[in-house]
Amino acid sequence: MSAVTGKAAAAAAATSPPVRGARGVRGDGIPPGAGGSGGSPPRAIARWRKKLYRDRTLIVMTVPAAVLLLIFGYAPMLGLVMAFQNYDLYDGILHSPWAGFSNFQQLFTDPGFWQAFRNTVELFSVQLVISFPVPIALAILLDSVLSRRLRAFIQSVVTLPHFFSMVMVITIFNQVLGGAGLLDTFLRTHGVTNPPQIMTNPGLFKFLISGQLVWKEAGWGMIVYLAALAAISPSLYEAAAVDGANWRQRTWRITLPGLRPIMVLLLILNLGYALTFGFEQMLIQLSAVGPSAAQVITTFSYENGIVHGNYSYGAAAGLFLGVTSVILILAANKVAHLLGEDGLYRNRK
Amino acid sequence: MATTTIRPATTGDQAPRARRRNPQRPVWQERTSAPTQTAKSATIVGILLVIAFPLYSIALTSFSTQASINLAGGGLVVVPHGLTLNAYKLIASGGVVGRALLVSLALTAVGTALSMAVTILASYGLSRAGSFGHKTILWFMMITMFFNGGIIPLFLVVSALGGYDQYWALILPSAISVFNIIVMRAFFMNIAADLIDSARIDGASDWKILWRVVLPTSKAVTAVISLFYAVGYWNSWFNILLFMPTDSAKWPLQMVMYDYVTQGMAMPGSGITNTGQYVGNQQIAPLSLQMAVVTLTVVPILLVYPFVQKHFTKGVLIGAIKG
Repeated sequence: MSAVTGKAAAAAAATSPPVRGARGVRGDGIPPGAGGSGGSPPRAIARWRKKLYRDRTLIVMTVPAAVLLLIFGYAPMLGLVMAFQNYDLYDGILHSPWAGFSNFQQLFTDPGFWQAFRNTVELFSVQLVISFPVPIALAILLDSVLSRRLRAFIQSVVTLPHFFSMVMVITIFNQVLGGAGLLDTFLRTHGVTNPPQIMTNPGLFKFLISGQLVWKEAGWGMIVYLAALAAISPSLYEAAAVDGANWRQRTWRITLPGLRPIMVLLLILNLGYALTFGFEQMLIQLSAVGPSAAQVITTFSYENGIVHGNYSYGAAAGLFLGVTSVILILAANKVAHLLGEDGLYRNRK
Repeated sequence: MATTTIRPATTGDQAPRARRRNPQRPVWQERTSAPTQTAKSATIVGILLVIAFPLYSIALTSFSTQASINLAGGGLVVVPHGLTLNAYKLIASGGVVGRALLVSLALTAVGTALSMAVTILASYGLSRAGSFGHKTILWFMMITMFFNGGIIPLFLVVSALGGYDQYWALILPSAISVFNIIVMRAFFMNIAADLIDSARIDGASDWKILWRVVLPTSKAVTAVISLFYAVGYWNSWFNILLFMPTDSAKWPLQMVMYDYVTQGMAMPGSGITNTGQYVGNQQIAPLSLQMAVVTLTVVPILLVYPFVQKHFTKGVLIGAIKG
């Protein structure tokens, strides 16, 4: 959740225009063209080349990152043309026969795909409703703890699971809630003959993944809210207390409105990543609960493409995901801008 | 433990300590009533237990004998009974887990070093306002944050380059995160320009400025981003499933954990069969071996955690509050 926030804010910072004439702007020492702004084409080119020469070291520094992104970011994007082919491993992308939109036709008439689509939407919605408020509540609770050291201790404990892998989190859940796990054994020794099978019950799966996400990420998500809480002026609380507002009123009238901007921002950004969320989490548990509950579009693409070797079909599902995700992200940003928030990139006006 | 340190309970007249005002409480704030205070403490203790108790129980089980696991009903051990180092001895004597641990450590070290080098260079290269083409290059990089080719084309590109079953395939495709470049670049842009300008006037090249001026003033962000990369490599699992699915002799720890613990497959060389019976004269409890794998995966994170933890807020919030 907060990874998304940081991403947003950083992207907004990155695209903000540099302040001309501010210190730190590279004083180029290149005289402007004689005619003021424009300059004749040869002069413009000369300036351009001079600037290129001056900044050559900086450009060289970006080359390793750019090369990695070209190979592992852009080349796969080009490879998506295979979604319009019947890709064959031996013919490669250049010689595989074209298939037009037949892969997409097959995709949109595939009940398995629509099942995955429904699962994605359902799992995402339930997960969002359950796990979104937890970091907020946690932040308010922690903020009310007076002892600084105790606060730091609690924070370091609840943040820890963020650094565990999904494999680890699910393994831990298995050992606690699964068959022969802690809960199971406890219930059996206390007379329950048939304890619920939480880890393999398709009906409970949406709550299970929500629980896993809360356990893993709530503490990390809390950090952003704690900072927002610290930014609320104490004099507001003081004035309210003097006017006779009790704890509950202060929370409702000051704390929550103070957190509103960051809540709105996070909510919208989360929606932008709705279709691609939870890939590893679903993939690991797919065999335990079955595709009717755990198959999402990302795992559908992986299963068809890699596991069954139907590359073009998987890539078609992947392309669908990519395009709809971009649309969702752009739409989420539009909403953020309409609400007066910065969104993923800054509204330059 | 939290109940005692949290704040003296305001239990009324008989407790003289409760009458003293907590100096950390703002003057205007009323005291919390005893029931509220109790509920709050209980909630906090509950939250801490939900996180800490499974970890304790898993670690304890990894040190337990088969007898004490049987006593606990075949699952995790809660109360220590018979303790043994057998699981760790088996791991130390070679075999899948020990090798996987070394592989994971090496991948994390090499990968983090490479990622940091590339990220630092790119961040500095893009951080000087008004430099040639930096906006274009930045957009070129940022596009990959919003759109990517997905799993299948990536798999085919890496395979075409000969990366199948190769360790570089676990490092290079995810070696840089554009998000981290943006965070670090924002940090570099905030370094006092005077510092950099004066170094330049003294004749320092960009390489020298980066090494001598920029990096020494950015220790916090370097620490946090190194941690993010290191945790990323340490925790990466799907990469392995994608590029190294069958060659179990090469597997890093996460894949070993996935296969032998999460999926419950038989671990070769452990003397333990798929059904949890052990063959030969190995006296290893299967569950303790599995939990030892989990414990070994947590330990490095716990070791690094305290040192970087103080930078988290900075790392999470860079830019978020500023704008």
